[in-house]
Amino acid sequence: MSSETNQILTTDGIPLEVSLKKAERKNKIKAFLLVAPLLLFLIITYVFPIGDMLFRSIDDKMVTQMLPKTFKAMENWDGQELPEEEVFAAFHEDFIKLVEDKREGKLSTQLNYTKNGFKSIIKKLRRASKKFEEGNYKEQIMAVHKRWADVEYWRAIQRRAPEFTGQKYLKGMDMYVNEEGKIVSVEEDRRIHRVLWLRTLEIAFFVTVFCFLMAYPIAHLLATLPMKYSNLLMICVLLPFWTSLLVRTASWMILLQQQGIVNDFFVGIGLVADDNRPEMMYNKTGSYVAMTQILLPFMVLPLYSVMKTISPSLMRAGKSLGGTPFVAFWKVYFPLTIPGIGAGCLLVFILAIGYYITPALVGGASGTLISNQIAFHMKSTLDWSFASAMGLMLLSGVLVIYWLYNKIVGIDNIKLG
Amino acid sequence: MALPKYTEPHYRIWHYIYLTICGAVFFFLIAPLFVIFPLSFNAEEFLSFSDGMKSLDPDAFSLRWYKDMIYGTKNPWGLAAKNSFIIAIFATIGSVILGTVAALGLSSRHMPYKGLIMAVLISPMIVPLIISGVAIFFFMAKAGLAATHTGIVLAHIILGTPFVVITVTATLSGFDHSVTRAAASLGSDPVNTFMKITLPLILPGVISGGLFAFVTSFDEVVVVLFLAGLENTTIPIQMWTGLREQLSPTILAVATCLIILSTLILVTAELLRRRSERLRGINR
Repeated sequence: MSSETNQILTTDGIPLEVSLKKAERKNKIKAFLLVAPLLLFLIITYVFPIGDMLFRSIDDKMVTQMLPKTFKAMENWDGQELPEEEVFAAFHEDFIKLVEDKREGKLSTQLNYTKNGFKSIIKKLRRASKKFEEGNYKEQIMAVHKRWADVEYWRAIQRRAPEFTGQKYLKGMDMYVNEEGKIVSVEEDRRIHRVLWLRTLEIAFFVTVFCFLMAYPIAHLLATLPMKYSNLLMICVLLPFWTSLLVRTASWMILLQQQGIVNDFFVGIGLVADDNRPEMMYNKTGSYVAMTQILLPFMVLPLYSVMKTISPSLMRAGKSLGGTPFVAFWKVYFPLTIPGIGAGCLLVFILAIGYYITPALVGGASGTLISNQIAFHMKSTLDWSFASAMGLMLLSGVLVIYWLYNKIVGIDNIKLG
Repeated sequence: MALPKYTEPHYRIWHYIYLTICGAVFFFLIAPLFVIFPLSFNAEEFLSFSDGMKSLDPDAFSLRWYKDMIYGTKNPWGLAAKNSFIIAIFATIGSVILGTVAALGLSSRHMPYKGLIMAVLISPMIVPLIISGVAIFFFMAKAGLAATHTGIVLAHIILGTPFVVITVTATLSGFDHSVTRAAASLGSDPVNTFMKITLPLILPGVISGGLFAFVTSFDEVVVVLFLAGLENTTIPIQMWTGLREQLSPTILAVATCLIILSTLILVTAELLRRRSERLRGINR
């Protein structure tokens, strides 16, 4: 009874608690409806497509659907010796159908990803299959080329039976499943992707270090100078920030070319001989120099916004308590700037690790990054599932770094200019 | 930054070293942009300073590359500029509308799952462009929007909204919500309140977010490279092609125009930022 008497009612006779909850829910729905259009738009056009990349990267239905009868017949095959006539007959049946649909080229491309050497023998088989007689396909197919009599190639076909595969991810790390079904690395001189991953990490790391070393003093200067000077100098940071990436890359291409201004200067001061001008572009140097300059503002701005909040009296206090300026800086000022350092470094690192345009233009062969490889497979080899797999490997790396960023600085603290 | 008189000599030296380092870094940041300026007026076809230019001979300078940019035969820049502006303007309008509305919802204290939703909304800014490019390409190809202006505009809306969301949420964080309640109590409906009260107050944030979205679209090349056909070429694509094939002084003329444009945008953004800081100062 007592609870009923204590309950406060609104003028309509509804308990206040219920009424409040209703209003709260209404507000929640209202707020959500405002966000909904953008959220829905991004989920459809952006989040799902990234999920689609995941699906594409493991999807391997193509071959499964091209050779349905072969794989059915192969179910009983132990993979030790050459398959029985039954498998050859099924393969012949599937193959004739593919030739009719003019899809045998796709099959050869796909099988060639698994094992080199399928391209030519499938071409030969297509020509020979026109004259095949009925029955005893095993003999006839094996007679086309000696590789068709090699059990390795039949095992390679069998490995394409599953609808899903992780082989694109293995390939991204220069590994593959060998004949015995074990995961092994490719020969040392063919490990191109590992080299690229390492180089991407290396360049991103050093660009971050260079940016930090250059940004720290100027951010400090900007934060301590009187407003009227610092505003003027701030333009030096903000103008490159707002200028087109391609314009800045173009200016580096002019500066760094062999007959360019930097080389002219080096020759002028006698550092290098005129006939021995160093290559500063189309290699790692080009990537380092241009990327550092382009990403520098992203390091300066977070550092500046943190340094701006540090009171100069702290340094004075440190000095008055007997510290030399260096001790005062190291013990008082530097620790206070760590949030800014964290934000700047992670921002620059995330941007550098996914860089594409600048390395493609000034990096040459030895200065390109993993992004260039992804673009290459998207546009040239058209191996989209491999491009997707590498993209997702890169993305997972970035998400780990982003998670760290969020732990250390918080997403809400991103500052723009 | 003048040093006090009692500074010991070796700290004085350190101070000058520090200033020299700062000067060198500022030079490294800004000087590359100024190389483009004089070279775009080069009378010759070389991309380095000719002897005539070094001795400031007026004959060594000309507007030839600017003429080539505008009147040159088979010149792609006209079409590219038109496309770039059309795409950037529509992408900005789309980003600003979607982003501002979403920011209004996000800054409401009733918003559920704020952190998660914010992470999704700004993800296009964090995910490397090449991955965004691949994902957006897959979507546009399926939707039949590859190689259309619509497709590129939608792609740039995706990339531009995070900036609008961030700047507008930042502006709204200093927003006094009692003014909208006052408007409501005086009989204004929500749409009217937004147009007459909220929008004018958050306008600096909206415009600077819009500027970010505009620059993002105008400057974007990675995603467009996947999406654009011959008809949809933009200034960045033309520059990309030009820089890959052969550096011609015409590109420098275009680059100079782009630097002037970015200076204008920088000045506008700075003025807005100061205005917004002033307004927020009053609110506090």
